[in-house]
Amino acid sequence: MLEDGQKLILPTSGGFLSRSRTIAPPTWSRWLVPPAALSVHLSIGQAYSWSVFKPPLEKALDLSGTQSALPFQLGIVMLGLSAAFGGPLVERNGPRWAMFVSMVCFASGFLISALGVATSQYWLVVLGYGFVGGIGLGIGYISPVSTLMKWFPDRPGMATGIAIMGFGGGALIASPWSTQMLGSFGAGTGGIAKTFLVHGVVYAVFMSLGVLLVRVPADGWLPKGWDPAKAAARALVTTANVSARNAIRTPQFWFLWVVLCFNVTAGIGILEKAAPMIQDFFANTATPISVSAAAGFVALLSLANMTGRIVWSSTSDLIGRKNMYRVYLGVGAVLYLIISLAGDSHTVVFILCALGILSFYGGGFATVPAYLKDLFGTYQVGAIHGRLLTAWSIAGVLGPLIVNAIADSQKAAGKTGPALYTTSLYIMIGLLVVGFLSNEMIRPVKDKYHEPPLVTVDEPGTLATPQGGS
Amino acid sequence: MTEQTETASRTPLMILAWLWVGLPFAYGVYELLLKLSQLFSG
Repeated sequence: MLEDGQKLILPTSGGFLSRSRTIAPPTWSRWLVPPAALSVHLSIGQAYSWSVFKPPLEKALDLSGTQSALPFQLGIVMLGLSAAFGGPLVERNGPRWAMFVSMVCFASGFLISALGVATSQYWLVVLGYGFVGGIGLGIGYISPVSTLMKWFPDRPGMATGIAIMGFGGGALIASPWSTQMLGSFGAGTGGIAKTFLVHGVVYAVFMSLGVLLVRVPADGWLPKGWDPAKAAARALVTTANVSARNAIRTPQFWFLWVVLCFNVTAGIGILEKAAPMIQDFFANTATPISVSAAAGFVALLSLANMTGRIVWSSTSDLIGRKNMYRVYLGVGAVLYLIISLAGDSHTVVFILCALGILSFYGGGFATVPAYLKDLFGTYQVGAIHGRLLTAWSIAGVLGPLIVNAIADSQKAAGKTGPALYTTSLYIMIGLLVVGFLSNEMIRPVKDKYHEPPLVTVDEPGTLATPQGGS
Repeated sequence: MTEQTETASRTPLMILAWLWVGLPFAYGVYELLLKLSQLFSG
């Protein structure tokens, strides 16, 4: 019989994609799960190299810059929406189902786009890459998160850091690969269509590794020598579970939303305008920055962004999530202050500070799933993460808007050099300080939001051990 | 239950899986380093 407050979880039967078919045998190694996650994240990270397709599309289909950006913009909107609303489905159906849906949507997006370009129907490109592919982005982004944290409860920051580093790495692979393919097939409608077609097929094959390889740990599985009670003794780390529905009713969720939003805003403001920013900054000095050096600076920032995801997220396993965000937000604000005070006097100081800020930007993305796990448990952490990613959508608009609008108005006022960006830098410092204070407000979630203990039933009428699974 | 030691039969799968994702990633990082060199030569 169920005790008071316990919740009955019935097993669901299903086909190859079902959760029950992905339960790992005892001999399975947890180190097979990160490559499964990476096969998805390295693929969907392609989204950030969409700009490679913009000039050829504009020329071949006679589009404006705004029009050619539409598939990417819709894709990012769909990423946020599908991660926010698709999270519960991902939790219910399991990671293999989610990775399969992501693979089908992302690859189909390219195939529909290929048809659209071949027939000169641009709306098909927007629908295919933006809408259908965008669903693949959102479902794929959250698909391995809770599974990784169940396999690596001892190092959740490192585990999600690997996957989310993959999202950063996806553009590094796709950008030169797509450029070379357009060079081979040609940048006309036929060449672009063939390029989209090959992308769709190759990404479907590449992502299939994740679909085939992903496994969830069996009930009660724990890493050798790891004691959950010891881990839960750390501040803010809970052994209880909070549902996605309840999570958004807690102040902790919204404090963390502000933390993520402002940390991303501060990073994306530099990232989006990195090349013109470094050139403008040192335009009036004896050593102005050339176009090719600025491209090298952008590459360096990408490397810092990617490295920060794995390094800082792994560090958070050692020093705790709250302390890690104190570093991202507090040190980040100091680095912005140094940039604004140093002006154009030291190129090296500017580059080093920008590297730090971008590494914190990447780290903020990668550490947040583990922070959510600490606060809300693993029960529906994927769905909660999906809802938190709406902060990313807002920051993606806010950061570039602040930096571009201020730079344009300063330029119109006749200013040059660092003066174009000084106001933006101080705004970023202010946002980081607000984020820092918001992080300070985060306390353990109250018991009233916790789920009752779960009881898994293997066969009708048979009770198994309580286990928090999703 | 504690973590089971992986059997030797999983080793080829492990190598294949990590190469599957590692090789494209290495290609991406290599291309990035080529671009990065422009910062110091430009």
